[in-house]
Amino acid sequence: MSSKSTLNEAPAAVIRKAAQHVVQNEGLIFEKSAPGKRGMEIPPLDVPAVNPAVALGREFAREDVEGFPEVSEIEVVRHFTRLSTWNYAIDLGMYPLGSCTMKYNPRVNEFVARLEGLASEHPEQPGEVSQGCLRILYDLQKCLISITGMDAATLQPAAGAQGELTGLLMIRAYLESQGNPRKKVLIPDSAHGTNPASVVIAGYEVQNIKSNAQGQIDTDHLREFVKEDVAALMLTNPNTLGVFEERIAEIAAVLHDRGALLYMDGANMNALAGIARPGDFGVDVMHLNLHKTFSTPHGGGGPGAGPVMVRKILEPFLPIPVVVQRENGQYALEHNRPQSVGRVRAYCGNFGVLLRALAYTLAYGPGIRQATEDAVLNANYIRKNLEDLFDLPYSLPSMHEVVFSDARQKARGVNTMDMAKRLLDYGFHAYTTAFPLIVPGAMMIEPTESESKEECDLFIDAMRSIAAEAEMNPDLVKSAPHSTRVGRLDEVAAARKPILRWRPADEKELAHDA
Amino acid sequence: MYPNDYRYTKDHEWVKVDGSTGTIGITDYAQHELGDVVFVELPKVGAQLKAGGSLGTVESVKAVSEIFCPVSGDVTEINPALANAPEKINQDPHNSAWLIKLRLSDAKETAGLMDASAYEAYIAEKSKEHSA
Amino acid sequence: MRYLPKSPSERHEMLKAIGVGSVEELFQSVPEKFRLRAPLDLPGPLSEMEIIQYFQNRAAENARGFGSFLGAGVYRHVRSVTADALVQRGEFLTSYTPYQAEISQGTLTAIFEFQTLMCQLTGQDVANASMYDGSTALTEAVLMAQRLTGRSRVLVARSVHPEYRQVLATYARNLGIEIVDIGYTQSGQLDRAAIEKAKLGDAAAIVAQSPNFFGVLEELPALAEAAHPAGALLVTCITEPVSLGVVRPPTEADIVAMEGQAFGVSPSYGGPYVGVLATREKFVRQMPGRLAGQTTDAAGRRGFVLTLATREQHIRREKATSNICTNEALYALAATIHLCLLGKEGLREQALHNLAKARFALAELEKIPGVRRVFSGPFFNEFTLEFPRSVKMINDDLLREKIIGPYPLGTHYPELTKRAVVCVTETTSRAEIEHMCAAVRRILERPV
Repeated sequence: MSSKSTLNEAPAAVIRKAAQHVVQNEGLIFEKSAPGKRGMEIPPLDVPAVNPAVALGREFAREDVEGFPEVSEIEVVRHFTRLSTWNYAIDLGMYPLGSCTMKYNPRVNEFVARLEGLASEHPEQPGEVSQGCLRILYDLQKCLISITGMDAATLQPAAGAQGELTGLLMIRAYLESQGNPRKKVLIPDSAHGTNPASVVIAGYEVQNIKSNAQGQIDTDHLREFVKEDVAALMLTNPNTLGVFEERIAEIAAVLHDRGALLYMDGANMNALAGIARPGDFGVDVMHLNLHKTFSTPHGGGGPGAGPVMVRKILEPFLPIPVVVQRENGQYALEHNRPQSVGRVRAYCGNFGVLLRALAYTLAYGPGIRQATEDAVLNANYIRKNLEDLFDLPYSLPSMHEVVFSDARQKARGVNTMDMAKRLLDYGFHAYTTAFPLIVPGAMMIEPTESESKEECDLFIDAMRSIAAEAEMNPDLVKSAPHSTRVGRLDEVAAARKPILRWRPADEKELAHDA
Repeated sequence: MYPNDYRYTKDHEWVKVDGSTGTIGITDYAQHELGDVVFVELPKVGAQLKAGGSLGTVESVKAVSEIFCPVSGDVTEINPALANAPEKINQDPHNSAWLIKLRLSDAKETAGLMDASAYEAYIAEKSKEHSA
Repeated sequence: MRYLPKSPSERHEMLKAIGVGSVEELFQSVPEKFRLRAPLDLPGPLSEMEIIQYFQNRAAENARGFGSFLGAGVYRHVRSVTADALVQRGEFLTSYTPYQAEISQGTLTAIFEFQTLMCQLTGQDVANASMYDGSTALTEAVLMAQRLTGRSRVLVARSVHPEYRQVLATYARNLGIEIVDIGYTQSGQLDRAAIEKAKLGDAAAIVAQSPNFFGVLEELPALAEAAHPAGALLVTCITEPVSLGVVRPPTEADIVAMEGQAFGVSPSYGGPYVGVLATREKFVRQMPGRLAGQTTDAAGRRGFVLTLATREQHIRREKATSNICTNEALYALAATIHLCLLGKEGLREQALHNLAKARFALAELEKIPGVRRVFSGPFFNEFTLEFPRSVKMINDDLLREKIIGPYPLGTHYPELTKRAVVCVTETTSRAEIEHMCAAVRRILERPV
């Protein structure tokens, strides 16, 4: 691999997936604002106007919103269109992000979510004119129950983290009904950060348990940890290394023996749908991430939905309202549930997200298994083609994601973050760098089933090229990215002196724009 | 590099004793491991601290490190310079970037801590582990 | 299957490269007894056309095309198709959380603009990148007040949205937070005498909504004056933020929780919406959620990054300010685009229309025998009426005329049966208002 380029020249590597191109500049919308411009009109008032100072009283009235933008429609369209061109997206190519399941977001889902009669419905409107919405929720519940092998569901939580909290609240309520809510929840050191954070909000104490030498739950010693004050174990399966916990039935048995419960973080469900069901291997309660496994769009950070699936014993504790079908076939929201944990948010859930997930599930039907198989195939193909160049800290079989480490490249001073940044020059988004914590210098890669062989090969080529660069021209990698609009940004300054909003002209300009 | 009259802990804090006053900070090794410091959280004046208990945190962009108090005492002063210039901890960890001053409950507690040469040997071992 | 970009021969090639004979071998780590032998029992597979048909059938079973006088935390307001077109651009719709700032400047710039707009609207110093919705934003605001004051009692107005209070109760139960209900007076506003009796010295916060669930505006400066000398905070919640176009911002509040649905987000049967959390600069490190901050790269170019991440779960884990990770970014973007289109003049005009139409409707309704206004306090676009008979019965009859009626307060306030909250926005035409009034008059003229 040639390495004659200096830091400021275009890299000498052959980059097949992407090329540089002129992209529009753009400031902040407030910087285009000028009095008298507007981007939207509303129909004229058809009733007598009122004076706000009179109608509300002087002490309540406001003149206007200071600093609010005043721009035309075309300026808004150009502004946000230009901004959008600065982003990477699934529509452009692979996100090899482990644990995120960045799969294709089908466009028909966007279309149906916007239908008049679905997008327009008010959550408090009477049930008799909401049968269509309620049936969508009920049908989705049935599908999710089928896929997970559990008995009942709530679609209320707005995201995975909220699902975790909801599940934990149900565990608490169940154990309380048995006489003792207990005190602790066991969490493996490979867990996602939301797990311990959710435990604390549920009023439990976190007890971290070390993974064994294979990066899995230390089943041999689990019994010692499951004392009488342990309410549950929260695990991810496959775990955050992408490896299936084959002793899961034993793990469940150890917990159930002591009257504790098994919570499964369903973030990695993309390796299981159609292949195996958590309800079959001893899970009592779990959440799903619809914005992962079920293709609902990430949208730059949400919305999501985190439905929680439970075994029969936990059904009485589901949050209200519960979506039910009555004997006459009518659907309804049931509020009269005396043992319910209550509500975790207003209304019945992120309906628009739930609707998209149902559309996705209907598209596949029982064929969802093929998606899972392709996801696991892609991950293993990538693993096979990179394992000669990157350190594989745990050698057990990977399912839908593979975790390498930067151990070999570290010898040349190149770390996982550097290589992730260099991947941007190759036209890809980075893989997951800082997680799981049990792998120092982790490189977590999850291609999903949405990637063609061609895209996988391009990714493999890019990674192999970067490995070579780390060897021959480490500075090139350490100072990456080179071809993005902005280089590595000063996160230290951003944290020391946070500037979290725009302020008008008298503020000192920090720098010129890109 | 490491002042001889200071005492050091395994968690990389230092304490300097002056009669019944103790001044506490983190070591150069600690600031180097942390990277650029962006924020420091310190106790209030008057807080009663125990040896081994938490006295606050030091944050970099991607990590939070808890700081443990080497000795017991009541907080009499916190360093006013750190609120606006946390980077001082990277620049001058052993002097102007002291964290707190305490009125010591028991000056003899320092007996269990490392002196400068013991601490230097300790971190030399640690560095070897890291590059292994 | 159209979402899977592999041909059978490519799969075969890849299996060969891996060195296995079949894809089954890649699932060896799943114990035999758990591996499904039969396909799952699921409806489908459906083609795109069939999927659309399914959902169109569902849409026909709802209240498509109905008129509505229902608010109660979710509002029918003007929306722009331009905003919707922009939000559907693949680079926004299908992009990930902006952890890799260099290729996410579009998302980060928009978040920075959203944060700015929320500060401008609420009169606060900082706002985060969004919460799930107003109810969880309010809950997190209360948790923040607990952390900031070290106190665990909160005085919560009963006139705060009942479902928001239920959510707060669910979270509070396990965090040792005691909720004290504070009633309302005949103006419909929070009972200040009850506040005085409630031992503010132990309280983390007074929690009030404005406009409140009855539609009435609360006197926030007076509440702040009561809270602050006692070392308590004022937490305010806003479910109808269009009011901020014409009502003064809650600058006395220490933390503001808001529901942003009114800014161009469809009612969509309950979500997704967009929660807003805004506060004073000195509290920023106790604020949950993501924050976009301005900075520069080595060449001095301005850019934006997620910052102050040490508050969050991926770093602090069990000591985090919250467990929130995924939030409502795309809807924060939708609200941002909407507000940029609407602009300063547009928002004010919209708010003025709401004021005018609500007062017109009130005047018309009060002409009906037996219908009278309850609660004398100032209101924005919702007001409470008392009817001579059960609101549910009136609403059933209205439904037959394809009108969704006002919110019956008896559901959550047993002392307020026969009373309902009527909502009128700029989208309600004069004809619709007159039609609804005529219908109510007819309904009330019928024998019981």
